[in-house]
Amino acid sequence: MSINKQQDFGTPASTATEQVTLEIDGFKVTAPAGTSIMRAAASIGIDIPKLCATDSIEPFGSCRLCVVQIEGGRGMPASCTTPVAEGLKVSTQNQKLAEVRRGVMELYISDHPLDCLTCSANGDCELQDMAGAVGLREVRYNPVETHLHAVKDESNPYFSFDPSKCIVCSRCVRACEETQGTFALTIDGRGFDSKVSPSQNEAFMDSECVSCGACVQACPTATLMEKSVIDHGQPEHAIVTTCAYCGVGCSFRAEMKGEQVIRMVPNKDGKANHGHSCVKGRFAFGYATHKDRITKPMIRASIKDAWQEVSWEEAINHAASELKRIQAKYGKDSIGGITSSRCTNEEVYIMQKLIRAGFGNNNVDTCARVCHSPTGYGLKQTFGESSGTQDFDSVMKADVILVMGANPTDGHPVFGSMMKKRLRQGAKLIVIDPREIDLVEKSPHIQADYHLKLRPGTNVALISALAHVIVTEQLIDENFVNERCDVASFDKWKTFIAQEQYSPEATTDITGVPAEQIRAAARLYATAGNAAIYYGLGVTEHSQGSTTVIGIANLAMATGNLGRDGVGVNPLRGQNNVQGSCDMGSFPHEFPGYRHVSDEQTHRLFEDAWQAELSWEPGLRIPNMFDAAMDKSFMGLYCEGEDIAQSDPDIQHVHAALRAMECVIVQDIFLNETAKFAHVFLPGASFLEKDGTFTNAERRISPVRKVMSPLAGYQDWEVTQMLANAMEYPMNYSHPSEIMAEIASLTPSFAGVSYEKIDQLGSIQWPCYDQASVGTPIMHEETFMRDNGKGLFMLTEYVATEERVTKMFPLILTTGRILSQYNVGAQTRRTENNAWHSEDLLEIHSHDAEDRGLKTGDWVGIKSRVGETVLRALITDRVQPGVVYTTFHFPESGANVITTDNSDWATNCPEYKVTAVQVSKVSQTSEWQEQYQVFSDNQLELLAQGSQHD
Amino acid sequence: MKIKTLIKMANSIGDFFNAESDKELAANGVKKHILRSWHPRMRKELIAYYEQDGSELSDLVKVAVSGLESV
Repeated sequence: MSINKQQDFGTPASTATEQVTLEIDGFKVTAPAGTSIMRAAASIGIDIPKLCATDSIEPFGSCRLCVVQIEGGRGMPASCTTPVAEGLKVSTQNQKLAEVRRGVMELYISDHPLDCLTCSANGDCELQDMAGAVGLREVRYNPVETHLHAVKDESNPYFSFDPSKCIVCSRCVRACEETQGTFALTIDGRGFDSKVSPSQNEAFMDSECVSCGACVQACPTATLMEKSVIDHGQPEHAIVTTCAYCGVGCSFRAEMKGEQVIRMVPNKDGKANHGHSCVKGRFAFGYATHKDRITKPMIRASIKDAWQEVSWEEAINHAASELKRIQAKYGKDSIGGITSSRCTNEEVYIMQKLIRAGFGNNNVDTCARVCHSPTGYGLKQTFGESSGTQDFDSVMKADVILVMGANPTDGHPVFGSMMKKRLRQGAKLIVIDPREIDLVEKSPHIQADYHLKLRPGTNVALISALAHVIVTEQLIDENFVNERCDVASFDKWKTFIAQEQYSPEATTDITGVPAEQIRAAARLYATAGNAAIYYGLGVTEHSQGSTTVIGIANLAMATGNLGRDGVGVNPLRGQNNVQGSCDMGSFPHEFPGYRHVSDEQTHRLFEDAWQAELSWEPGLRIPNMFDAAMDKSFMGLYCEGEDIAQSDPDIQHVHAALRAMECVIVQDIFLNETAKFAHVFLPGASFLEKDGTFTNAERRISPVRKVMSPLAGYQDWEVTQMLANAMEYPMNYSHPSEIMAEIASLTPSFAGVSYEKIDQLGSIQWPCYDQASVGTPIMHEETFMRDNGKGLFMLTEYVATEERVTKMFPLILTTGRILSQYNVGAQTRRTENNAWHSEDLLEIHSHDAEDRGLKTGDWVGIKSRVGETVLRALITDRVQPGVVYTTFHFPESGANVITTDNSDWATNCPEYKVTAVQVSKVSQTSEWQEQYQVFSDNQLELLAQGSQHD
Repeated sequence: MKIKTLIKMANSIGDFFNAESDKELAANGVKKHILRSWHPRMRKELIAYYEQDGSELSDLVKVAVSGLESV
């Protein structure tokens, strides 16, 4: 193994199809028109010296190091900004060029510390490399004034900024602008005074910087440097793996020193992220070795007892024995399991296999139950497949982008940056959200054309109103509908949606959105060219989540915005493997590949393959499991990687259900909230400690590769396999690749997927039907995946949620997440990301705050019909009057103490986004929070007691 | 299971399919949805409730549940 640095071609690739041929240093080279001479040279192994150029950003032509000479041309043009042309004859090396380059380098080095041997970039410094490349042997200047004593900025927890080493090449500034789209950096001053400045000469942490790392990545010197490299030195080998955070699924090079991760560097070849990253994936990996990691199996008889560390064998045998005992006492259906989107595909697959074949029931569910299960249902019904239709790159061809109930710059930041780039290029933007997300007008050079600021819970009314305009103003793509869709269903839908009751004017009282705005947005969506819809949990986590997904599908079909680049319906999945965990058969009614358990052919296929009699009936969903626990019919749970005791709604009910169970087995890397109710703890492995695959929101199956040994000794799939064998259902996989081979053999859409092909291609987007296929970036290009190949229109009647505002509960609480923290926070709370967000806050509009005498920082009680919690207030006009908002990253916040058990009609996805509440000023935490603190402290004490017995 | 929960779930399924003007088709949609996504014990309890009382079920759901056993 070696660090095997990725080649830097100096400038971005050209997308032109026309090819031109030229000669560089006597070698013929053919390149797409628009390619720089620098890149064309690099493509044949000729490295032209450079400093201000790097292939992730547009060329700048400032350093003058990359000058070349062109036969018949004048002067010495910069090769980074000079495009190739037919017949050019270019010289990259000659005496004249060498003299110019040495002169340039001499000037740079005259104002640069000569501390190479002790510099953190030693071995990875382009300035050092260039000094060598140009043959710099002396510096004749002795400047009176230098920048050598400029003060370091150490404010960012992950990287330092040492201006004494800065050569003012502007790569960081351009990366912040072009790659990230934050524009936090600038070059302040002129001439000698020029310097890189975060915002208005502020410290990085006080600036708009979002710590994505693009500037660090772009810096050619040690000016912007990871603190981990400063502390530990340069990494010596790299392994490509996939981020374990959001559904973008960024590809990273884990740069290592032995088994220690020195830094995570975004992979330029990653097809989801193209070398970009966010603060979580780039820097927040320290949780993997956090002191809170539990690395020994533990058991206990009751949650009032201290934990007892035991051997793996004892823990597994105890868990199996308890599950068998419960089944003997309460029946076969009395146990089940919950998988997680944090698990790999292979882990999820064998977990559901264990439950279906080993437990003998279909009581398996996954955390997609509480996020994107309506996507699975709605898109399966209308398009025939439970997945988004596009690849991420498709957004670069969109002319109008409709973002509904999603906050890409916070929830899916790397894709958010790509979307921002397209918007800066001129694509139109429609935002449908009760809250003013950054894309509306807080992102530099971006302004939403329409922000439809609807009332929470009225998505269906709004989506129907948009459809009404499209139908009644004859904006339908008749050709697409007639050729690609089920025409009978379209005719019925058209008649339905054209009714006056669905008009913008008739629904404005419901949605709170002015009718003319809806009409204008509908016209824009239907007529501006390629229109793409991106949506998130603000669509799905409603009592009509599935209906809204169906409404979105109807809109896309009616306007012909499917089946090609730049269009489509794109669910932004919350976690890294939401898509994969659903694909792998985690839902209680579906085998892998979304095939119903009662489908005879599929059922027999799996019975034969798994050598077990399988249930023909759907199993229990997560909320059903809780209800069944309360009536003593569901008494044993195997929960891997999911923290239901924090993430699920009406948390007091969840806690009561967990307390009612006789055996809760938790497999996790930390003693998470759910583990505090557990009887068996099986220590899990972080994504850095295992092999497998994740499938991101664009159906891209990417490799997860072990870069360090599992701290507890086993990868998670091995633990599940041990439990299966102890349950007397034999499993004998020796590597996850064998599990993938089994998945491929049983699932048509994965038939052509293998580890060999993933390694060869880097990633594969399913469907991938055979060995010859390289996957499917865009779905439904010719036909839809339904049996008859036609898209199905469905009726979308608006039904108001039962969660109504009243005098007692006059405000609507809605929830979301923030850039620096991730879901329940188990990972990011154990990193320096707390520097950005150390507690959940309640956002409240100034009018509502004034009515209640609140100011920012006050403790406020938030009371719903099911519970009460206390947070600090943040007064902001981002939320509209009548709406309050919070994140849910900290267990002590108790956001889910107040959410209700209302759920989506089709899938039981909780209605997190609509809870009627009252907010008032208080002086102390809530009763629930006090009880939680006592319980949590007690559980940590019981953990400590167990460790002491060792 | 709490019967109130099952009633609420069933009625909300009914609310979606109620948009269909052909009520036979709508009831069939409700029935099929429950059959394909509910654990058999939940179906059994809903059917028992329908047979004993059923007053809190919407008309459409009643029709759907009445056909559940025969499927």
